Amino acid sequence: MMRAPVNKIIPFSNVDGPGNRTSIFFQGCPFNCLFCHNPETIHLCRGCGLCVQSCPAGALRMEGESVVWDSAKCVGCDTCIRLCPHDASPKIRWMTVEDVVEEVRRAAPYIEGITTSGGECTLHNEFLIELFTAVHRLGKTCLIDSNGSFDFEKDPRVLAVSEGVMLDVKAVERHWSDELISHPRDVVLKNLDYLLSVGKLHEVRTVILPNRDRENEETVRYVAAHIADGCFYKIIRYRPYGVRERYQKLLGEFETDAAYAERYAALALELGAKKAYVV
Amino acid sequence: MSEALRIIQDPTLTYKQELLALARLGESTDDSLRYSDEYYEAKKKGALCDLNEGVMPYRPRYICPDYELLFKNGCKFLDLEPPKDLLEAVNALEIFYCHVPSITSFPVYLGDLDKLLEPFVVKEDRAFAKKVLGLFLRNIDRVQTDSFVHADIGPEDSVTARLLLELTEEMQLAVPNLTLRYDPEKTSDDFALACVRCMLRTAKPSFANHRMFVKEWGERYAIASCYNGLSIAGGGYTLPRLRLYECSLGAKDVDDFLTRELPRHIDLQLEYMDKRVKFIVEQSSFFKTNFLVTEGFVKQENFTGMFGVVGLAECCNHLLGITDKKKGFGMNREATALGLRIMDAIDARVKAHEAPYCEAYGHRYRLHAQVGIDTDGMDDSPGTRIPIGVEPTMLEQLEVNEKFHPYFPTGTGDIFKFEETWLKTPEAVLAIIKGSLQNGLRYFSGYLENNDVVRVTGYLVKKSEIEKLRAKKQSLNNVTVFGMGAQDGGHALDRRVQHHDESAGQ
Repeated sequence: MMRAPVNKIIPFSNVDGPGNRTSIFFQGCPFNCLFCHNPETIHLCRGCGLCVQSCPAGALRMEGESVVWDSAKCVGCDTCIRLCPHDASPKIRWMTVEDVVEEVRRAAPYIEGITTSGGECTLHNEFLIELFTAVHRLGKTCLIDSNGSFDFEKDPRVLAVSEGVMLDVKAVERHWSDELISHPRDVVLKNLDYLLSVGKLHEVRTVILPNRDRENEETVRYVAAHIADGCFYKIIRYRPYGVRERYQKLLGEFETDAAYAERYAALALELGAKKAYVV
Repeated sequence: MSEALRIIQDPTLTYKQELLALARLGESTDDSLRYSDEYYEAKKKGALCDLNEGVMPYRPRYICPDYELLFKNGCKFLDLEPPKDLLEAVNALEIFYCHVPSITSFPVYLGDLDKLLEPFVVKEDRAFAKKVLGLFLRNIDRVQTDSFVHADIGPEDSVTARLLLELTEEMQLAVPNLTLRYDPEKTSDDFALACVRCMLRTAKPSFANHRMFVKEWGERYAIASCYNGLSIAGGGYTLPRLRLYECSLGAKDVDDFLTRELPRHIDLQLEYMDKRVKFIVEQSSFFKTNFLVTEGFVKQENFTGMFGVVGLAECCNHLLGITDKKKGFGMNREATALGLRIMDAIDARVKAHEAPYCEAYGHRYRLHAQVGIDTDGMDDSPGTRIPIGVEPTMLEQLEVNEKFHPYFPTGTGDIFKFEETWLKTPEAVLAIIKGSLQNGLRYFSGYLENNDVVRVTGYLVKKSEIEKLRAKKQSLNNVTVFGMGAQDGGHALDRRVQHHDESAGQ
């Protein structure tokens, strides 16, 4: 039976697409963004066991090479996550499609659909295809929240069973992208155009960093000119909450000023992105 | 110091609040309405509570006049003709409200304001109608100075309802309380979304499950006071409550509670209700001479008694020996299942009781999940609610609520506190409300955490007014003091906030 590592499921979310949605966060991400605010979702647990001794609730133990998490004992203090040297979490569940569907079924009366996120959910495309097919049977929509690392054109099967994608375009300029996301951005930009062309781009998100005038502007200009009024453009203010300390020092220990972010929304609107807004 | 002297020297009481306190004191000097020794003993232990209704009832607790009749026939006693335009209509209501008694001496039901006023509003210029309705709301807030004053709108959209929502948002008043009767087939999404936005910003309106109430009461029902379902042209005679936690303290175990202590206390409360209802109907002058009765604005046969309960959560936790509330009722299947068994037992015993003077509803009293009072502290949570401070996810909280709400035709409800981002996604809030009402929730209330007007347990107060009382100044609203007590003793404003998910997008 196919299983995927799920970091958490939030039954009601109002910020992951239209209406009220159940958000499913998968573990693992091919990017390593400096401003990632849930860096514990980047890697799978290596079983080093460092967290086991430090757990104040005794909710972690070693079983062979693996760390096992007892959710009933866990008090949610996140000590394990803070200690983990590998940007991973011992608190994940290896779930079957039916396990996830069961949780969606419970929330179904109250939600418009689900959004899969992460980490990067497209690392688990085979799982998503089965999940989305089952969720459609419940009469609910399925959106993909993606960093754009997976080439949707090359293998369009997951897109075929999804209502659309919410795509992060974090950086456009090549060197800045290499530094910020530790990954080539070409595939992201290719996805931007492809998803637009097939009408499956629900929204694009760009994080506006404090005091990064040039980088912010390059990214916003590029995205706005490409999407025009084809989809929503969510301009996100950087918030230091959850960001690794060393990167907070690099990017800023304070959130992006609202007025500063609004300037980029105004720029996007000026360039034709009619559905740009700041959150 | 005598109680009377304490009242007249209290710097935080307005003149009218003093007058009402002195009236209650005066009422308490008579003891001709007597109950059994066992009743008094249970009351002393805190297992039964009469909500300080007063020992000599001289009016039913809640009265829901038929305002349509006022608009059709006028009122002889008050010398009012049927209104011919909006100004006359509003003026007639303002006068009439001052003559509707209740336990608080303020009218707990102001009518279905949209239906009553719509024929007059549509004949006026919108700006003029808004001006008149704004003054009407101001009159209610300053004259009917009590948050248990309640008006209803819906289920259909109307110009009047839209104007009332606009004004409610603009004016930010604690009075009147407001309910939308929501019916998925009669209430448009556009109207419901306007209500959601207003609710988030002003803590009102709440959403009532119209279909559920209609099934129990027929089309002519009122939502009055906090969230009380009652008959229009009728009302509620009395509302005492079982304090279930205290009821459970004398039980050896679950079986002993279900077979001995619970039935015993139910019967004592029924004894209280029967005697009180008979007294109101047979001894006091209300049903003989009050113009509301003689002119047909209310009919005695449409009244019923409200059988209240509080503290189901604490009762279940105690009986199961659960000391950590976080692992108790609401989070724990066994405790929740016991709650259902207890409610089934209460429901069956109250339904088996032939109640005096409740002709329209099969000679039966109806259950009410009482919302708690300021002196309850943390011992008894409101009705069947999950205790404040240990609420699970909103999904789980709704699922528990949906199981318990159907028991209570005379009212129950729960309150959800949202953080600011939900204001940007009213459709997400509406989806939650729709789903929960569909699944059996009776009554949904919500507000934003940073509002000044907030819903305490069932009623509204302004946080700024609570601060006035703390500074030993007077608050015009009689209920502010309850809000302060519920906040201090029951942490009623500290309920779990529905956060948006922080994880998206960065």
